[in-house]
Amino acid sequence: MTLNDILVSMFPDGHAVKNDHGVLTGSGKLRSGGSALVVGVTDRTAVGVDEAIRLAGFLLPSIATGSGPVIVLVDSDSQRMSKRDELLGLNEFVAHLAKSLIYADLQGRPTIALLYGHSAAGAFLGTALATRVLVALPGATPAVMDLPSMSKVTKLPLEVLEEKAKSTPVFAPSLSNLARTGAVYATWDDTTSLSEQLNALLQALPVAADRRDVLGEQRGGRLKAADIAERVRELALQAR
Amino acid sequence: MNATSEPGTPATEPNRQVSWYEASARNRVRLLLDPDSFLEFIGPELREVSPHLRLFDLPEQFDDGIIVGRGRLAGQAVLVAAQEGSFMGGAFGEVHGAKLTGLLRAARDIESMPVLILFDTGGVRLQEANVGELAIAEIMRALIEARIAGVAVIGLIGGHSGCYGGGGLIAGCCSALVVSEQGRIAVSGPEVIETNRGVEEFDSRDHAMVWRTMGGRHRRLLGGAESYSGDSVHEFRQAALDLMHSVGGFDGHVLQAEQARLEDRLRRFGACRDAFDVWAAAGIAEPRAIPGLPNEQFIALADGIARLNPGAR
Repeated sequence: MTLNDILVSMFPDGHAVKNDHGVLTGSGKLRSGGSALVVGVTDRTAVGVDEAIRLAGFLLPSIATGSGPVIVLVDSDSQRMSKRDELLGLNEFVAHLAKSLIYADLQGRPTIALLYGHSAAGAFLGTALATRVLVALPGATPAVMDLPSMSKVTKLPLEVLEEKAKSTPVFAPSLSNLARTGAVYATWDDTTSLSEQLNALLQALPVAADRRDVLGEQRGGRLKAADIAERVRELALQAR
Repeated sequence: MNATSEPGTPATEPNRQVSWYEASARNRVRLLLDPDSFLEFIGPELREVSPHLRLFDLPEQFDDGIIVGRGRLAGQAVLVAAQEGSFMGGAFGEVHGAKLTGLLRAARDIESMPVLILFDTGGVRLQEANVGELAIAEIMRALIEARIAGVAVIGLIGGHSGCYGGGGLIAGCCSALVVSEQGRIAVSGPEVIETNRGVEEFDSRDHAMVWRTMGGRHRRLLGGAESYSGDSVHEFRQAALDLMHSVGGFDGHVLQAEQARLEDRLRRFGACRDAFDVWAAAGIAEPRAIPGLPNEQFIALADGIARLNPGAR
């Protein structure tokens, strides 16, 4: 689906979302009444210092002045890989965006990301993975890092990584592999109304507590994380 | 436990001579905290290893490259996590990440115990990329929940592997950071930028350029780190102690102040092409002298020009 198809299907009663060089900001009318705040990254745009500061700059003043969910639409590249972005402290800018989204969620503005294209690495962490609920459309292509870069970092030949990618779900980039870890809450149907699917999600919204590790355990894609985290938490509480 | 040293008393005399950069994670923790005060959670004796590394025929480590537990710093109870940069580059895998997530969730529930994170990481462990990436997201969430509950989370950065990738994002969520000259903080590593954008954009073998773009001195001057420390464990301890008692909380005002702080940075330095240009724009008379200054001179200079922006992070 194109961005326009998505906006029309998700907000049939109208929206005011503008696309400024790949950065989405605005709002949409909800079927159930009220409106959702909309932010996002489209056209496979990289998330650099400029994109992150604009998104957070739109979101932050809106948290306290309205109600309703925050929809985060994502079709991005990775974080912008450049000397300028790192020189200016990209880690702070992407963290600032993630913090703003997490804070909004905890302030009664539940955050729901719709991954409808690509996203990777730091851009993924600063947007879709910083929300309460991440849903995806079929065909979305989340990744941690492209294989040539992985090859450079791990010193493993590209051919080896390509072979492993076919057989190793925990490593291989794909929507289904990521869903098994608990990162993706649900994959929506792109042949029926997105507004109805959004409405259904809002009617039965998961609680704000992060349950992705438990979900990953139930789905068999991440067997140790929930157990380890809970054991450490309990040991720390006992040792107080 | 005999963790009754007076506040401010050095943990042990040897930590004055021990290099943070050279020390293992276990030695950093041992020498940072009050003597014999450390209690580890899920230590190596339990052999909770990565379930994924064997798929790549890679060796496992019984603690999966991170130590978490509690101890005392000048008598104050603290929670501590320390990454071992010499194992898989300190990277976040499933078990490694879950230990830090659990520690931060405990901090959130306890509400009053500061957390020290001794970063030493290249980012997500790519052999278990999907679960490592998600671990970072869970850590960021838990860290912010802890800060909203009133917990101070201090990051200490000065190890071999720096603080890259998702580690840099977690560092960006902390209440405050201590960094040494050797500490590097970034999202994209030098080799990854070069692979994607070419050697003209970023020459990863130009170590002087890498260091002044991502290294501790630049981060301190830019305001990305609140405290600059010498390389000894003793100096890191003093810096952590100072920050632990001075950092603020986390709310919408802090985020608005951070927004203003980062917007101001883009206005002032957004057109700079090199760290030398940033330092000159910041008012430093001899920017090219910065990398060679002795620590004491650098600290005096940084304290003179770099605003700390309390309550804006």
